[in-house]
This record gives sequence, structure tokens and C-alpha cells, in this order.
Amino acid sequence: MSGLNELYQELILDHNKNPRNFKKIENADKLVEGYNPLCGDHYTIYLNMDGDLIKDIGFQGAGCAISKASASMMTTAVKGVTKKEAEELFTKFHALVTRDVHDNNEANIEELGCLGALAGVAEFPARIKCASLAWHALHGALNSEDKAVVSTEDSKMD
Amino acid sequence: MKTQSQSTATEIETAPSFDVQRIREDFPILKQKVHGKPLVYLDNAATSQKPQAVIDTLTRYYLGQNANIHRGVHYLSEIATYEYEKARGKVKLFLNASDSREIIFVRGTTEGINLVKDTYGRKFIGKNDEIVISAMEHHSNIVPWQILCEEKGAKLRVIPMNDRGELLLDEYEKLLNEHTKFVSVVYVSNSLGTINPIKKIIQRAHERGIPVLVDGAQAASHLKVNVQDLDCDFFVFSGHKVFGPTGIGALYGKTKYLEQMPPYQGGGDMISSVTFEKTTYNVLPYKFEAGTPNIADVIGMGTGIDYVTGVGFEAITAYEKELLKYATEAISNIEGVRIIGTAEEKAGVISFVLGTVHAHDVGTILDQEGIAVRTGHHCTQPVMQRFGIPATARASFAFYNTMEEVDALARGLGKVKEIFGA
Repeated sequence: MSGLNELYQELILDHNKNPRNFKKIENADKLVEGYNPLCGDHYTIYLNMDGDLIKDIGFQGAGCAISKASASMMTTAVKGVTKKEAEELFTKFHALVTRDVHDNNEANIEELGCLGALAGVAEFPARIKCASLAWHALHGALNSEDKAVVSTEDSKMD
Repeated sequence: MKTQSQSTATEIETAPSFDVQRIREDFPILKQKVHGKPLVYLDNAATSQKPQAVIDTLTRYYLGQNANIHRGVHYLSEIATYEYEKARGKVKLFLNASDSREIIFVRGTTEGINLVKDTYGRKFIGKNDEIVISAMEHHSNIVPWQILCEEKGAKLRVIPMNDRGELLLDEYEKLLNEHTKFVSVVYVSNSLGTINPIKKIIQRAHERGIPVLVDGAQAASHLKVNVQDLDCDFFVFSGHKVFGPTGIGALYGKTKYLEQMPPYQGGGDMISSVTFEKTTYNVLPYKFEAGTPNIADVIGMGTGIDYVTGVGFEAITAYEKELLKYATEAISNIEGVRIIGTAEEKAGVISFVLGTVHAHDVGTILDQEGIAVRTGHHCTQPVMQRFGIPATARASFAFYNTMEEVDALARGLGKVKEIFGA
């Protein structure tokens, strides 16, 4: 049960129940849909940029607690940071949730702030895609012209 | 024989002849623990577990019978050919087909449907023709027909269903017209559990001379299938859902249709003579079995069929009915649960949603309790759309499941509610 308690800890359940930045941004600069065709999780991420700076971010959609909490936490983490900083966060976050839990290397949780709450996902390989869905969508949005669709199955991404 | 601990479950009366504990002994995988808890396998609609006899058949084949079939004159080839064709005879009896030549081995239900689409469909369905399927089809009985419709300019028509997950037969009748060239309908729904009135569906189509394919993937392990009584023109099922190996299944087709159909794939074994000018195709069923088939798994599927018929469908149906009744009560008693699929006639499948908790989270928490259920759309996205939900959790039963396992599921759902404060 310790794994489960870590996976479904208070902070995650709270973000699932009361997702932050759960809004549609009218006239968003960038809009990307992220979906997982295997389970039907589906989110739209809206971005307003000021040059390279993420001025505002919102998301809408439906999915499991892990995907929704992760999307919510992501929006709080990347609002007001540059594209480069957001991509760096994604790299660190991705390393955190895909790390080998049998490896004794301690995960570098502190520098990820609240995102570190999702560290427990690494113990549930079937749920890694849930945690990273919104991040892949953000990555797609930051690197597309305006609209894009990102599927978890496009390149067998984790 | 083991006696079970005194729980509410043991108070439920089941047919005295059905000794589920003895049956469980035949399935070695059921003895294992998952996350430190006894495995509770409730994902039988996805695939069934295999009895020792099937595992032994595969081992025996590779240890002492392996050879290619239908061509060698040597000892092993003769044995392999004999075992392979004997399995065809078993499938014939299993479905009560009138002739073994009407049984074609395919990879599974999906390939069976695609075979009919590619051969019968391509030859006999054309522009403005209509193909009728139902609202509760698996993607494997939707997408092949969509591909054909696109290729030929034909139209797909869909029999609607009510809120219980029952097909509307009056609406079905209205769909049938002079353009209808084919009906392809599922016998038992994998996501709702509904047992469709397939005989009536077939009769209505036949009154207009329209052939009918029955997707029997879920039916074959729960119901005694009799293709002559149903009078279906095609019937497909997968071996792995009937306690046999994966990668193998069978297509039944009436001789009159199979003979009119062009071959499915070209290659070895499907010909009687080949010159560069002309090739003459082999007789049924070999016309549809090009290349070296999945010999070992055909034979293994035969053993799976032996096993299930040995247990007997009368006993299976009676026991599963009790199990479904018990599980439906246990699950619907949990506050916040909504069962999706409440048809009058149902097989051992319970799809449900639990409050606002997403099915994936339900699945992860149950898994930690050793309970295997399927979560998601079950390859029936239109069914999810019909009920306005993104996904369900699904418990699907086989005759080796017990009332105690249902209790474990109910306890597991209690844990889900605890974690989510639902």
C-alpha cells in the first residue's frame, strides 16, 4: 500500500479535484491537443506567449487522476517561465517518472518543487503515460506554429 | 478438495455438480500471488487463462510432433497433419457445423472478419450498397467494414440500442432494405455483456436474402454455439478467449458462400496447381489457408475446446449466471457505482463507473489488491460515446471465478472509495 499512498497522495488528489488553470484561453497563441488513444485521456492546452515567455497557460479535458493532476501541476510550474526553462523542467520531470525504481539512485525531487509529488508514478509503469501526457502536449505546443495534436502512441513515447 | 472459508459467498447456492475449486486446480496461473495478494483474475473478456492440458499440448507438440503439414511423407509430418485436422474436427463439433470444410483457421476474430470483408465483401458489395452493424460492435467489427465502404462507395448503417444496452430490433428492421447486402453483428458484447437476440437478427436478414456474420468472440466461452440452429452464414471466434492459445481462431462459413468467394491470400497450400499462365485454387477449406499455418496453436485450441466441452456448457451457463447475479448485486450495492449495460440477457461481464473516479485509477488500485480488471474503452469507443463516458472499469468472469473473488472485488472498490474520498 505504500506505493499506492505515494501515488495517490493528498496533493495529487487535490489537483485532480480542483485542477489549477483549468480554463480555456480565448484567442490563445498556441493550442495543442494531447490524447492517449489507448485509454481516451484527452486534454487541450492553451498557451499565450510573450516572445519566449509563457505568459499564460490553461487546460481543459478529461482523464484519470494522475493525468489531470499532472497537467494541473505542470501549468503552475511553467506559467511565467521561458520556453527553454519549461523544456528543462520537462526533461527533469520525465527522468523522474521514468527512473528505474530498483536503482538506488535517489531521485532529485527537491528541484522539481510540487512536481516531485508525482515521483511515485515511476513504480507504476502503466501510468507513466498518464503523468507525461500534458507535458508531451506542452512540448508539442512550444514547438509548433499554432495548432497541433499529440498522441501518446505517435512515437511510443513514455 | 479445499473448503472455502465461511463467507457470505458460501451461502450462495450453486449447482452442486459444479466444483469450482477442482476446476481452479486445472489452471496453474490462478495459484500465483500479485503484489503479495492472491491473483483475482477478472479480465476474461480480454483473454482467458489456460488449463494445464492446453499447456501440455503445446509442449507435447514441440517435443515430439513438430513438422510441416499437408506435404511431407515422413512420420512427423503425418502426425502433425493428423493432429491439425483433428483440431478442425473439434471446432466443427464445437460450433455444430455440418462439415469440417466449413472451418477455416485464422489468427483470431479480427482476421476472420477481415477475411470475409476482403473476399465476400470485395466481390459482392459495391457502390451504394449498405452494410448493417450494431451500436455495440468491437472496433474489429466496425473498422474493416468502414474500410470496405470507403473502397467501394458503400454505406455503413448502425442498429441503435437503448439505455440498458439492448439493440432495438424495430429500428433494425427499418434499416433493412433493397440496398442492404450484409449484416455483421456481435453475439455477446465485450463492453456491456449484452447477449443479443442473434437468431432473430439472422432471421430478419434472411427474409430478405441478406447473409449474416456473427462475431462470436465473447459468446464462444459462455454459450453453447450451434451455427446450424442459428443459421448464421459466417461465425468467427478466437481460441485465446476459449482457454486456448493466442494467435489462433476460426471462421465458420456456409459452403455455398465459401465456394463463391475468391481466395484470401495467395501462397502455398491454397492451390491445386500453379503455372505461370494460370493457377487453380485448392478445395475448401485450404483455399483460405495460404502458407504454413499456426499448427501448434490450432492443436492447442482443440485441447482448449475439449476442456470447455468437458466442463459442459449447461454447467458453465448455470454457474456463470449465479456468479453474475451475485457480482451485480455486490457491485451495485456500493454507493456511487453505476453499471453500464443492464440488459435483460447478459453474459458474465460487468462494466461500471465509480463516481467521478476515473477507470484507470480504479484499475491501478484494484491491481495493488491482486485484482485484474480491464479499464478504458474496451475497443468500443462508440459504446462509450453512446453512454457519455470516457471509460469504464470492467470485471469479466469465467467459470473458474468464485463468489469469494467477487467479495474481493467489492472490498477493492471500497479501498478505491477510501483513497478518493468518494
